[in-house]
Amino acid sequence: MRRILCALAVILAPLAAAAFPVEEEHVFPGTGTGSELWILSTTDTEYFAPLLTAFQARHPSVTIRYTVTGSASVYTAVADEGVACDLAISSAMDLQMKLANDGLALPHASTAQLPDWAQWQDRIFGFAQEPVVLVTSRKALEGLALPRTRRDLIDLLRDHPGRFEGRIGTYDPLQSGAGYLFATQEARQSDSFWRLAEVMGANRPRLYASTKPMLDDLESGSLALAYNVLGSYAATRAAHDPDMALIEFEDFTLTLLRTALIPKGAQNPELAGMFIDFLLSPEGRRLSGQQGGLPPVNEAALVQTPRLRPIRLDPGLLVYLDRIKRRAFLEEWAAAVKQP
Amino acid sequence: MTGWRMARAPLSLRQRLLLQLLGIAAMLAVLLYFTVRTVAGQAAEATQDGILGAATTAIAEQLRAGTEQVEIDLPYDAFSVLGSISEDRVFYRIDVGGETVTGYEDLPPPPEATGKVGPQFYTRPFRDTEVRIAAVTRQVVVAGQALPVLVLVAQTRQGQDAIAERIANRAAGLGLGFFTLALLLSLVAAGSVLSPIDRLAEAVARRGPEDLRAVDASAPRELVPLVGALNGFIARLRAALGRTETFITEAAHHIRTPLATVRTQAEIALRQSDNEATRQTLRGVIRAVEESARSATQLLDHAIVVYRSDRMTSDALEFGALVAGVVASIEPAASLKDVDLRLSPAPQPLPVTGDRALLESAVRNILDNAVKYSPEDSVVRLSLAAEDRRAVLRVEDRGRGLSGLDPASLSGRFRRGGNVADVVGSGLGLTIVTEVAAAHDGRFSLTEREGGGVCAEFSVPLQ
Ligand SMILES: Nc1ncnc2c1ncn2[C@@H]1O[C@H](COP(=O)(O)OP(=O)(O)OP(=O)(O)O)[C@@H](O)[C@H]1O
Ligand SMILES: [Mg+2]
Repeated sequence: MRRILCALAVILAPLAAAAFPVEEEHVFPGTGTGSELWILSTTDTEYFAPLLTAFQARHPSVTIRYTVTGSASVYTAVADEGVACDLAISSAMDLQMKLANDGLALPHASTAQLPDWAQWQDRIFGFAQEPVVLVTSRKALEGLALPRTRRDLIDLLRDHPGRFEGRIGTYDPLQSGAGYLFATQEARQSDSFWRLAEVMGANRPRLYASTKPMLDDLESGSLALAYNVLGSYAATRAAHDPDMALIEFEDFTLTLLRTALIPKGAQNPELAGMFIDFLLSPEGRRLSGQQGGLPPVNEAALVQTPRLRPIRLDPGLLVYLDRIKRRAFLEEWAAAVKQP
Repeated sequence: MTGWRMARAPLSLRQRLLLQLLGIAAMLAVLLYFTVRTVAGQAAEATQDGILGAATTAIAEQLRAGTEQVEIDLPYDAFSVLGSISEDRVFYRIDVGGETVTGYEDLPPPPEATGKVGPQFYTRPFRDTEVRIAAVTRQVVVAGQALPVLVLVAQTRQGQDAIAERIANRAAGLGLGFFTLALLLSLVAAGSVLSPIDRLAEAVARRGPEDLRAVDASAPRELVPLVGALNGFIARLRAALGRTETFITEAAHHIRTPLATVRTQAEIALRQSDNEATRQTLRGVIRAVEESARSATQLLDHAIVVYRSDRMTSDALEFGALVAGVVASIEPAASLKDVDLRLSPAPQPLPVTGDRALLESAVRNILDNAVKYSPEDSVVRLSLAAEDRRAVLRVEDRGRGLSGLDPASLSGRFRRGGNVADVVGSGLGLTIVTEVAAAHDGRFSLTEREGGGVCAEFSVPLQ
């Protein structure tokens, strides 16, 4: 798989025209003169490649351009820069919601059977459902019990001052759209969030804009804990690294939907719709779950696992995107985390 | 152009009744549809307005007076709850002191300030869609100065439209169901309303032709005039028929009596006269009188046959006994000519239904012919039998035969054969026989016998 990917991949230098920072860009050329499907996504290419190649196998003439960027950039690319991508895939549900709410997403009559809570109108489609987890290094916590709840984590950090100094990583909500979503949703759901923020702040946490470097630092041993990491990325890493432990907090574990929408300026909205239908089809679900490591939407799992608390795809998501609300939240967060 | 000739058959009462009931039902169904739609649509709007208003008020209630400015904290649930009924787009705008501090700056403000505490609702086009807006105004005192704060929350109405459409579909279903029910009930109602008419028609149709009693008047009030008119008509008919019958009998009497007198007088004169020429004349007179009397009798018989065959009685008769009775009445005339009438009865009874008077008249005419056209001192054989579910009478004579005449033509009115010679007759006998046969579903035939004479065969169905 990797080899095929490399053979097809054309790694471009960051496009001069694009105002958003491109993390990766791969083009999967189709045969002949078929149309191009341009996907702007926050999901790393390696997770999506099996789906892209399988889709291309069905539609060999289609050329697929897969561009990876941050969730905030996906939003600004569509909302402010009018980038004419055909599909916007993001883990920042609130920003996707804002795009659709502001009329920047095209409707698509999907043929797929999706539960109500995993889609909004016929514009936002959730295709993967992942917990937001704590990842720890077993070595770094040697001799200590793994925390099972936020309270455990607070106690752990309080009881061992200095031990985790500079060794806690989490998203910078200022830079990462997903990180902002996790922080706000957690703040909304539980009071322990602010206490935890303070305790973490006392340990001078390191802030990241994306998941990859955070997990890299955990792997190299410079981090002991990575707080609020997307489950799918952590799980693939943990599969190779027995030192990594994934912890889904028992008090509650936020569960996020990775969503796709067709931006208003899409050049090939029909093709994008076909891709969404493929993503949601049994074949697409199988591929993304087994080969890509993106667990598909699964209502039964939510019912059976009470700790999983899904982030609702509703207009409430717009609240923390409010200018004033956002400023107030970030100020409070900075006050808690960035202690002098 | 012959189209105008084709007069359209008038609508039946049932059709009229059904059409009108269904027209009313259709109107009511349509009314029901629109009522349900409107009421439900209003209810849906009221519900959505309630939620929108609550969300707006919730935001307004979170407004706090800060030291320098108004503090705004959007409650998460205020927006979240807007997504609870439908997946509608949500917009908001907060103005402090006339300046938009957050939200969608282009969201249209309320048309005029109402000064109410509760939210004000209005519908406006906004961007690419149309929204329902709730507006709430509050005064917040900041640094000793009252600042007006305007909170607008807007929501698209897709969800409500979807609900309205669903309700409209239900309402249409309801209307259709109502109409179907009305259709069935109308059928039943039309049936029950019209049943007295059907009953009346049946009662009148079921009567025998001779039944001229008044129709039983237990009809609904609306039908009483019709029944009355019908009964009046029946009474007049009964009277007219009675008069006709009386007239025929009287006419027979009035013709025959003077003829009998003329005949008696002529016979007396014949006996007293010696003059051969006078006697010859008198014989001619007597013969003419006989013919006239015969004609009168047969004419009246025929008139009675015609008159009765329309309103025959259906008596249960034994055909054998009936024939025997006629034979007995003919016997004296036969014995005058020394004609021997030999009746061989059937081995079994021959029950038939029919009008006694008519059947007797037919049999009498057959026997009359047999005797009349037989020579003196001869035998006429009568035989009765049940054949092929019919009662058959055969009358065989050894008379002059038909001498090649067509039997079918002989049954015409006033048709006499060329073989009659001096035999008195009017030519109506066989007419009477065939008409009686036709009225009884019977058959009559006249055939030449081998060795001379005629065989007349008359049959009617057995009961
Ligand atoms: N038994 C018979 N033998 C020979 N000819 C017959 C016999 N019966 C009927 N006919 C012929 O059929 C004719 C019609 O008969 P029908 O009884 O109608 O008239 P009619 O006997 O002449 O007159 P009436 O009306 O007085 O009976 C007769 O004139 C006669 O020519
Ligand atoms: Mg006769």
